[in-house]
Amino acid sequence: MTLWKRFATNRGAVIGLIILLCVIAIALLAPVIYPGGPWKMVQRPFLVPFTNGDLPLGTDTLGRDVAAGLVHGARVSLLVGLVSTVMALLIGVPLGALAGFYGGYVDEGAMRFTEFFQTIPNFALAIVLVAILEPTLGSITLAIAIVSWPPVARLVRAEVMSLKRREFVEAAHLAGLSNTRILVSEVLPNAISPIIVMASLMVATAILLESSLSFLGLGDPNIMSWGYMIGAARTVIRSAWWLSFMPGVAILLTVLALNLIGEGLNDAFNPHLKKGRT
Amino acid sequence: MNFLKTTTFLIAAGLATPLLAQDAGGRIDIVVQPEPPSLMLGLVQNGPTQLVAGDIYESLLRYNTDLEPQPSLAKSWEISEDGLTYTFHLQDGVKWHDGEPFTSADVVFSADVFLRETHARMRSSLAYVDSIEAPDDQTVVFKLKTPFGPFIGVFEAGTMPMIPKHIYEGTDYANNPMNATPIGTGPFKFESWEKGSYIHLVKNEDYYLEGKPHLDEVYYRVIPDAASRAVAFETGEVDVLPGGSVENWDVQRLTELDNTCSTGKGWEFFAPHAFMWLNNREGPTADVRFRQAVMYAMDREFVKDVVWNGFGKVATGPVSSKTNFYSDDVTQYDYNPEKAKELLAEMGYDGTPVSILPLPYGETWQRWAEAVRQNLQEVGITVDIDSADVAGWNEKTSQWDYDMAFTYLYQYGDPALGVSRNYVESQIEKGSPWNNVEGYRNPEMDAKWAAAAVSPSPDERTKIYSEIQKEIVDDVPVAWLLEIEFPTIYNCNVQDLVTTGIGVSDGLRDAWIKQE
Repeated sequence: MTLWKRFATNRGAVIGLIILLCVIAIALLAPVIYPGGPWKMVQRPFLVPFTNGDLPLGTDTLGRDVAAGLVHGARVSLLVGLVSTVMALLIGVPLGALAGFYGGYVDEGAMRFTEFFQTIPNFALAIVLVAILEPTLGSITLAIAIVSWPPVARLVRAEVMSLKRREFVEAAHLAGLSNTRILVSEVLPNAISPIIVMASLMVATAILLESSLSFLGLGDPNIMSWGYMIGAARTVIRSAWWLSFMPGVAILLTVLALNLIGEGLNDAFNPHLKKGRT
Repeated sequence: MNFLKTTTFLIAAGLATPLLAQDAGGRIDIVVQPEPPSLMLGLVQNGPTQLVAGDIYESLLRYNTDLEPQPSLAKSWEISEDGLTYTFHLQDGVKWHDGEPFTSADVVFSADVFLRETHARMRSSLAYVDSIEAPDDQTVVFKLKTPFGPFIGVFEAGTMPMIPKHIYEGTDYANNPMNATPIGTGPFKFESWEKGSYIHLVKNEDYYLEGKPHLDEVYYRVIPDAASRAVAFETGEVDVLPGGSVENWDVQRLTELDNTCSTGKGWEFFAPHAFMWLNNREGPTADVRFRQAVMYAMDREFVKDVVWNGFGKVATGPVSSKTNFYSDDVTQYDYNPEKAKELLAEMGYDGTPVSILPLPYGETWQRWAEAVRQNLQEVGITVDIDSADVAGWNEKTSQWDYDMAFTYLYQYGDPALGVSRNYVESQIEKGSPWNNVEGYRNPEMDAKWAAAAVSPSPDERTKIYSEIQKEIVDDVPVAWLLEIEFPTIYNCNVQDLVTTGIGVSDGLRDAWIKQE
């Protein structure tokens, strides 16, 4: 069975993928659907959803279109999720691979460094970083990357450690390949599947982190994001609950989709596990 | 028959009289936010302190909502023709809360000794004072070096609180142990302070006004979260939410509750005036046409209605319409994006980005900055919002590291006390966010501000201040936004709560609770 077929047997994963593709499409088309941007004050404030055909999701505290906010917010959420995950992988994968492959002092050093980051609670560290760097899209992405790489490093290290004792690696050594070549072309490609699974979940976590930061008012004040929408609506939750509910649903769906996909990928990469479970 | 009717009428009238009178007794719970650092009004004069301590301490005068002086500890007063001598006659039989008599010696000590050392704002007014003397126990005479029109406005409890001489004379004021149990002459006495929970005041039985105060006790409640304060009001746990104690967005919902009253009055003396400092030194904001364009680009009525729930009044210039010597004979900057675009085109604005620094005081100010950013973007100004916490805001404004920065300042009833400080060159001072931060320099105008402050004739002052307002509004040194009114929300059973220009801060002397 091909990878895709194994993935497709998990119905949840397919639903997740469809949702995610929709969100990506909306994010890409945002400037086309709402060319005026998400900040434009278009109608009276606190317009109830589904009462005005032009503004299906109503308006927020300043009379801005909630639907426009959701659509433009999708761009930020996905962008932050993807970029910060890529950055976290760029830090975590090389560090973990070196530690696992060379062992000894390299391993000791790399792991103490990783533990140093792991002992500080993720979210607290992200808040401190954003507060120091001043909240911009770049600093938020960087902060999320910095708090999310340690688990990657540990995962990659464990994979590499188990792989490097396999026969094909020993064969490569005997064939006279350099350490670097073995690590890059023999060991890492075989460790890629758990990394992909983890990365898909990390995107979800990053989206949640970004939303939480924006909720606390630590978002980039010039960028509309889902977390910002919830944070701004929090003070009116008693009188206009839908203002926090809509972006909340958007976050829920996106994060759920990513988790379902992660699950599906996990099953697809480890068919034996799947069989054992059913 | 006629006789019977008359009797009935008399009986009815006899019954009605006590109903019309103010009911005595009862307890009132008021939110104080944030918890004051101290209740010693001579040392600390921030809003929360004055809210509570305004019941404990008094000054010689009070001011009604038109800012006219009213008797307080002084029952009458005279100002000499030349505007140099102020004579006050004190009330009879006033006692401090510890039983000692209050005399003119206390007034001289408070103004000339204590406040001169501890109160910066009072000190700058005292610079005009030549001598303060007490010819007898009931009379105090202030002699001025030059006429100073606003002087009649400094006898307010937060500006010149009366401090007991017998407790403070010769002591280290800041570390006097009595600061923890303040002694004043006011309608309520300090009873206890449960830190983080409440401050309890009780009726001053020996108060010099017959029958006052009406209330038996007052609890000032400390509730740190805005949503919890709203809930406390809804459940009836507190009776009064003073201005600014709940988020603006909650105001409408709360005022629609049963038996709930609200008023925007009671801020006339402070007249908080919101504006944006526009950096006059550099960048696009250094160009007067850009600054005028900003004024035309902003839909300030929209912000008043949406962000402030209709409370307040769009500002026309540097002086609040509540402050003395206000003039509306100035250029009106109505919402006019076309005019803003013309002005920008005329100056040849090249799209240089400008930033807006909101006040870090919560959601209201953030939304306000977002609305202004949108207005400015719509006329073609490249603009983004800077973010800063309170410390960062202080740093950026006082180091002049901003393009446009939101702020608001109190006016204290007179342009010479609360307005000129933001526009005269002598007040340009790096390191303080409370003065001419925008860097506006206009020596001709400086001379007028100075002349208006010391002119003995009110007519002359009116004339000069009108000229100043007319000219300065065309210069747009800062972008005037709104005369803020922080609505006071209260249980309708509470009567006569806001009767003066200082509102709840000295409202409890006359307040009473209607018994049902």
